[in-house]
Amino acid sequence: MLSTLIIISAVSMGGIGAALAGFLAFADKKFKVEEDPRIEALVGALPGSNCGGCGYPGCRPLAEKLLSGEAPPNVCVAGGNETAIKLAALLGLEAKEHKRTLAVVLCRGGNVEAERRASYAGDLTCTASDLTAGDKSCAYGCLGYGECVEACKFGAMAMNDNGLPVVFYDKCVGCGACAKACPRNIIEMHPEDHALFVYCRSKDKGAWAKKVCSVSCIACGLCVKDCSVTGGITLKNNLAVVDYNLAPQNDESTKRCPTKCILSGIEPAMTKQNYLASIPKKAG
Amino acid sequence: MKLILIFISAALINNFVLTYFLGICPFLGVSNKSENALNMGLATTFVMTLTAAVTWPVYHYILVRYNVPFLQYVAFIILIAALVQFVEMYIRKSSPALYRALGIYLPLITTNCAVLGLALFMVLRDYNYIESIIFGFATGVGFTFAIFMMSGIREELEFADIPRHFQGISITLIIAGMMALAFMGFAGLIRG
Repeated sequence: MLSTLIIISAVSMGGIGAALAGFLAFADKKFKVEEDPRIEALVGALPGSNCGGCGYPGCRPLAEKLLSGEAPPNVCVAGGNETAIKLAALLGLEAKEHKRTLAVVLCRGGNVEAERRASYAGDLTCTASDLTAGDKSCAYGCLGYGECVEACKFGAMAMNDNGLPVVFYDKCVGCGACAKACPRNIIEMHPEDHALFVYCRSKDKGAWAKKVCSVSCIACGLCVKDCSVTGGITLKNNLAVVDYNLAPQNDESTKRCPTKCILSGIEPAMTKQNYLASIPKKAG
Repeated sequence: MKLILIFISAALINNFVLTYFLGICPFLGVSNKSENALNMGLATTFVMTLTAAVTWPVYHYILVRYNVPFLQYVAFIILIAALVQFVEMYIRKSSPALYRALGIYLPLITTNCAVLGLALFMVLRDYNYIESIIFGFATGVGFTFAIFMMSGIREELEFADIPRHFQGISITLIIAGMMALAFMGFAGLIRG
């Protein structure tokens, strides 16, 4: 009895399925939409990671926009120069140089440097923690739950022992997914020729900023005075801001910083290999 | 008379979105612009009517006849999935602009619980074939009605001064709740 039931079930479901499959196969033929074969070629030339760094939802939508001329061939950040050349060749355009952008984490207040004012026991994500105004005393600093690391599709980020994200510059393609993921906008995207960064986002007054974090910008103005280009660094809302149009790339302004939050040229050296080598091996 | 009653009851009084809270995903997701909302409503209405027309014979002539009505969930889901696939192909061919406007929400009609709910209610209430089709169509009309009104309100909201913590999805949910309350008022329509 049971076996007949099973057979009836299998046959009826199989029959319905087969009938629908046949119907859909017929409909597929009948309603076929002719697609431009170049779209397939363009999709093939793109990295296929669907990172969204170009500003389009994925590689396929980008290919369609490339074809209609709405997107320039050097827009793909993940593919870099090689992809730009390939795409330009497919489209019959001249390739423009692709400027590499990199993610820079603008906070150095990890577990050692920054004070925590509360013990947070909620959902362990940055966004959730930020909704409760965060467990760090600094309202602008990195919360350290690693949403940026999770957002990275290229394995170019990791959380270090100090609870801060590290970007590996040999892996980073500059898609900006980490910058979007960060609820406090600590990660910024910069062209790779930028070297001078203020590693602090705190808009708090100097005394308070110093109290809650030992590597915060206290807006003392020494870097502003020392900057070789007038106006290259300015103070805005208790925070030193670098004007990259004036390109103050020298080290002079970083020397007298009392909290060492303005630094120059530390980024490119951080590769995945260097990072792994810098972690002390656990004994035993 | 019974057909009119089924129509009014499914479209207004027991509106799927606002009294059963089925199909909330597209109700909140595609109600940004009136035009898209209307198109989404029409596509869903089309799928719902077809669903009713197709699931009824399958249920009565296959599942009930061979005494396997417990397969209704599986059978309805594959039928709905196939129908949505078909509608997608058809819209893609006939109206690329509408296809682009609906985007991801078109394949999502497959998982729209209102469509499955419609098929299950149809069985539960023991409608005959004509009644089922009217019921399916009326449910779609009710859905279109709800999503179109919602989009109208949301378009007005663009210019409203909403407190920061209520912006976005929270104000939308509050409005949905108020609309549901208003729709409860239709319950007085069929008394007597």
